[in-house]
Amino acid sequence: MDSTNLNLGTDEWVAAHAERSAGTPGPLDRARAAWEAVPLLVRVLLPVVLLALVPLAGSSYLTRVGVNLGLFALLALGLNIVVGYAGLLDLGYVAFYGFGAYTFAMLSSDKFGLHLPTLVTVPLAVVLTAAFGFLLSLPSRRLLGDYLAIVTLFFGQIFVEFAISGDSITLPGRSQSSDLTGGSDGISGVDRFSLLGLRFESDAYYYYLLLALVLLLTLAIYRVDRSRVGRAWRALGQDALAAEAMTIPVNRLKILAFVVGAGIAGLSGAIFAAVQRGVFPSSFDLPLLILVYAAVILGGSGSLAGALLGAALMSLLPEALRQPAYGEWLFFVLLCLAAVAVVRRARPLLLVAVGTVVVGFVMNAVLLAAGVQGLPAADWTQGLLSRGMGRWLFVPVDRLHWGNAAFVLLVVLLAVASRIRPAVRIALLPVLLWLATFVWFVRLSPEPSLTRQLLIGALLVVLMIVRPEGLLGRKQVEVL
Amino acid sequence: MEQFAQQLVNGLTLGGVYALIALGYTLIYGVLQLLNFAHGEVYMVGAFLGYFVMTGLGGPAAPVVPVWLMIVLMFLVAMIGSGLLGVAVEQFAYRPLRNSARIAPLISALGVSLFLQNAVLLLFGSQVRSYDTPRYWPATGAPELAGVRISPVRILVVALALVLMLALVQLVNRSRFGRGMRAVAFDRDAALMMGIDVNKVVVLVFFVASALAGAAGVMVGLVFFNVYSYMGFLAGLKGFTAAVVGGIGSIPGAMLGGFLIGLVESFTTVYISSNFASVLSFLVLILVMLVKPRGLLGKAAIVKV
Repeated sequence: MDSTNLNLGTDEWVAAHAERSAGTPGPLDRARAAWEAVPLLVRVLLPVVLLALVPLAGSSYLTRVGVNLGLFALLALGLNIVVGYAGLLDLGYVAFYGFGAYTFAMLSSDKFGLHLPTLVTVPLAVVLTAAFGFLLSLPSRRLLGDYLAIVTLFFGQIFVEFAISGDSITLPGRSQSSDLTGGSDGISGVDRFSLLGLRFESDAYYYYLLLALVLLLTLAIYRVDRSRVGRAWRALGQDALAAEAMTIPVNRLKILAFVVGAGIAGLSGAIFAAVQRGVFPSSFDLPLLILVYAAVILGGSGSLAGALLGAALMSLLPEALRQPAYGEWLFFVLLCLAAVAVVRRARPLLLVAVGTVVVGFVMNAVLLAAGVQGLPAADWTQGLLSRGMGRWLFVPVDRLHWGNAAFVLLVVLLAVASRIRPAVRIALLPVLLWLATFVWFVRLSPEPSLTRQLLIGALLVVLMIVRPEGLLGRKQVEVL
Repeated sequence: MEQFAQQLVNGLTLGGVYALIALGYTLIYGVLQLLNFAHGEVYMVGAFLGYFVMTGLGGPAAPVVPVWLMIVLMFLVAMIGSGLLGVAVEQFAYRPLRNSARIAPLISALGVSLFLQNAVLLLFGSQVRSYDTPRYWPATGAPELAGVRISPVRILVVALALVLMLALVQLVNRSRFGRGMRAVAFDRDAALMMGIDVNKVVVLVFFVASALAGAAGVMVGLVFFNVYSYMGFLAGLKGFTAAVVGGIGSIPGAMLGGFLIGLVESFTTVYISSNFASVLSFLVLILVMLVKPRGLLGKAAIVKV
């Protein structure tokens, strides 16, 4: 058996007879097979070249989105080591990101009058964050799965609280309270990077730096994954007890995974502080943590390509939600995908589509006849479909109450739909699709950040039920 | 001394609330080995339900029913509503994952927590709502103890928390359901083979655990007034800390842990700094974990391979 075909973590019987459980290959599998047929060099270089062209488009907005994506990809890569490889549920991961950012900000701003060169501050931030990770890993290494999760989650929360209340700390030996973190205002006026005589004046510099870092790190992790340490991490992630019985130094490897993950998060944090030219406690709170987790898990925990794909999806989709016109398209695409995923056959799908259109017109007529005050279409839709949408969908003036009622009804109906026979479910689908569209336009699209959180929450639950291994992950087999 | 007594009362009130939340965590963990991150959200929904019962009955200024009846109704509705919510969460988010890898239900629980929090935010907005207890239940004629006036609300909260705990202990130790529960907690597969309806037990456990959280939500509303959609996260975290400190899976442990964390928090607020209340309870957690990784009253689990 050569090393590329090592089916680590897969039971021998399952590995040999995987086709028994595998159904017919779906479109996702076929796309994956086609993609894997392309030579590796092309597979790596093509996205890199494409991504390298982005700042040349001259849109500062696009470059900014790219920078955020790069930061997020670094975070996801680091978390993928901790959670995906070593199987440690570290819910305080974002605190390391914050720690790196705060370290960098303190060392290169007017806060303490320090303006150390970037070549000193960034490695220092990484090393300090890694050391911090080491410290946290010491009490954590004795904790089993769930305990670790709660201790780290608490720790992440403490970090945020400390950052907020760190503006009035009485250090021992001093009578006056001193300001360490700037409180909830954070630290602003952080220096830009300046490396090798280059001053990072615009986002494009950071963009290329991040692109290079993500590439380097991906290669490094790819190598590590196939090394002794990488194999040991995977063994640990599969079953710590069995790994220990196989003489793998479990504790040391847990600490190593923690430290490496923390270091990567610290690096990302330092760049984040420089890009944003400031740090604020609210940036390192729970929403970001859940977003990074969603990225790693959606992509496929333990898969390198999955982490990158997940990071791309999770940072670009919420960005699209913020623009109403894109958000509308995104919503319709998701809706169609959901319908296809439920129905899966052409003729019923057509019926559902027709049914949905009919339901829309009927509901429009009913609501009009009932004398409900409606809004003109131009007030709530800008997309290409806007002309037809006004006749099909009805948006009442009182968006709050109608929207809330429809939202509750939608959640209840979805719950019911998950419990009934497939044939009945398909019959119910047109109503659900219309109701979802109604809720979207009436209530959700004006609240992009809330919508994002709601969707991520629902996504995590549905993903765990439908496809816990994520998009590119490998199915885990629990052998008991 | 006066301050000490005052903080003792505060700590006991807070501790009662944390203990109720911790009991929910412990019950669910004991039966399913599942860390129910959404528990804090269930507690938040309970607090909201109590609030809506109060406003529905005429609001704090002019309740249409006697105050005692209103408070009983607040607790009843919140407990039943939260209980049903907990059962629904179990049905849709955890049951399909009963036999999957350990990490799956944890992630699913995080998702539920995020969803519930934002659903409440969407439906009821981000403004802080107030129970405004003093307006319908003024603290006149409150008994004094060591120079500290103890408001009747606090007495009610601590007493009710104790009553609920006692009822729970009776339920677990004496009833048929409790016996089934202990059997499932001990060994789910063996319990199944002995003819115990595991699903029914799990549903009941979720109902009881969530109802306790709902009661805790109303208690917090009555004592500290404010309810808002983010209140569940930190309280859930504290409750869980309490459960872990006491030894997760152990019912007396959850009570002990709850009161311990509550007292630590209220004394830190006064004697050290209000900013570090959470930090100190975290330190307690770390310390306990270092000395007794299974918690104060937890039993060491024997892993059978």
